[in-house]
Amino acid sequence: MTSAKSAKRIDDINNKNDRTNREGLRGWLNPIIYGWERVSYWFQRLTGIFLLVYFIGHVYETSSLVSGPDAWAAMLEMTQTIGGHIFLILVIGASTLHTVNGIRLIFTQSGQGLGKPGRPDYPYDPTSVNNKQRSGLWIAFILAAVAMLYGANVLFSGE
Amino acid sequence: MTSDSIKNNNRNKNNSKNTTQWFSNITLLRESQIMKIHYITGVGALFVVAIHIMMRLIMPFNMSLEFENVILNYKNVFYALLLESILILIAIHGFNGLRVILLEIRQTQIWERAVNILVIVAMIGIIAYGTRTIIIANGFSLG
Amino acid sequence: MNIFKKDKRKEIKNESPLEIKRSNISTTTSSNKSSVKLRVFRINAVQNPNDVPHFDEFHVPVKRWTTVLDALLDAKSYQDSSIGIRYSCRMASCGSCGMKINGIPRLACYTKISDLDTNTITCEPLPNFPYIRDLVTDFSQFFNHHRSVMPFIQNKKADIPDVNELSEYEQSPQDLDKFLQFSYCIKCGLCYSACPTVATDLKFPGPQALSQAYRYFADSRDSDKSNRLKVIDTSHGIWRCHFAGSCSNVCPKGVDPALGIQLLRSHLLGISNSEKKIAKLQDRSLNSYREEEEEKEKEKEEEKE
Repeated sequence: MTSAKSAKRIDDINNKNDRTNREGLRGWLNPIIYGWERVSYWFQRLTGIFLLVYFIGHVYETSSLVSGPDAWAAMLEMTQTIGGHIFLILVIGASTLHTVNGIRLIFTQSGQGLGKPGRPDYPYDPTSVNNKQRSGLWIAFILAAVAMLYGANVLFSGE
Repeated sequence: MTSDSIKNNNRNKNNSKNTTQWFSNITLLRESQIMKIHYITGVGALFVVAIHIMMRLIMPFNMSLEFENVILNYKNVFYALLLESILILIAIHGFNGLRVILLEIRQTQIWERAVNILVIVAMIGIIAYGTRTIIIANGFSLG
Repeated sequence: MNIFKKDKRKEIKNESPLEIKRSNISTTTSSNKSSVKLRVFRINAVQNPNDVPHFDEFHVPVKRWTTVLDALLDAKSYQDSSIGIRYSCRMASCGSCGMKINGIPRLACYTKISDLDTNTITCEPLPNFPYIRDLVTDFSQFFNHHRSVMPFIQNKKADIPDVNELSEYEQSPQDLDKFLQFSYCIKCGLCYSACPTVATDLKFPGPQALSQAYRYFADSRDSDKSNRLKVIDTSHGIWRCHFAGSCSNVCPKGVDPALGIQLLRSHLLGISNSEKKIAKLQDRSLNSYREEEEEKEKEKEEEKE
């Protein structure tokens, strides 16, 4: 290769904007290998985006109210279907997970429940990734499942 | 080009550069203040959304979705205020979250400025659109 | 006999000390060598910017305590001397040999082949660092981020030319414990590689720089609190950490950068007590020592009276 290209490559390396070997979005897509906190990060992002999309759709669908009872009925016909109910159950699960995990994150990101700095010793286990704060995530999953079951019961029984 | 037109040209370039710099240097809020708002709106939204969902359960679910029952809800001032607060809190929390995700993806000046502006516009837009629904539904007269 | 099975190690643990000694001897003789397949990432990014990366495979003999670094150096010595690899201390002290081993950033000298529990070891350069060659990556961005958080003590009272040579900051063991673990950072870059925000955000300082910001913030000898917080309180600063915890999971020295970052965040949120006691500068020269002793004696005499 020409020396000009190598020189440019060296300039790119010295340049802060070199994105070579950055994992990019692939770096977000491996939630498993680094532990429960990474799983929490992944789910918080996913549910957040999903709920934002739902929120926009919900504001739009409820605006059919202003067009009168016929428009409202047409909207209900579109959304009160089996697919609509399943979607709503997912929304219930996502919102419960996002909320409970979000509260856990508010505590952990304020330094609560992470332990105190000390003198690390072999095997150098970090105090911040402990089961006390992780249990918040597990509770979030359990509550989301319970909420989804309850939601399914309400939606499909119509009561 | 005459020397005057060159000077004007340079002045215009400097002005636009200054405007660009000024625009990109606007920081209405520090990031810590924005994140405090993010946490507060998140916790606030939890309470108001919980009430909103419970309103669907005070009567049989299908009945609660009937047009007349929904309009009666909107006619209740407190419920209308509740819906308005849900709109505001979730719009701020949700679009700020989206802004955080988008800012992490790319870091060019144009992208960051565009994300910041679009997020604010989207926030205002959805709040305005939802408020329109609440106001019109609140003033709705049932036949 | 596969000596790398976990079951085998468990059996050895349950045996009596004498038997453990005998079994140790038998597993470290050359007659009990095994071999693994080493897949090494190859690229020559500086000499050939358009070089297509590929993997080369080597079969290397391993023993019970062989580390990945040992295996790589074996391949470099006896099979392909062109393998580019950075290493130095071989004892997890310098942080030079960081690389991605079977998908997770680790120190090659600190990772035993037996712990990986597989016969195929894939060695790749640390993610989120630009390639130089093979397993060697460029740390310029990483060091730039570190520099940006002002990683040095700042104290207006410690203008060195004016201070007595024998002065010291009074720092108790409790004060030291507040930041000591963060000072153990060896700048290996594993946390920077594991961080999901660093994967996409060039301006994010990374867990190492932020934990060092906390290290100096928490140090009672440092008095420049507000400037330190200003530097990280930006749209690409500390707030882009989402506590994914990957940094702390991969750190080989127990620095726990995630803890440092969340503790620093608590100060920014105003939750932690922000009144830090700044360490006193004590004159420890002989004259001052004598003066202190005289003062103590005077106090004792006054008490007696």
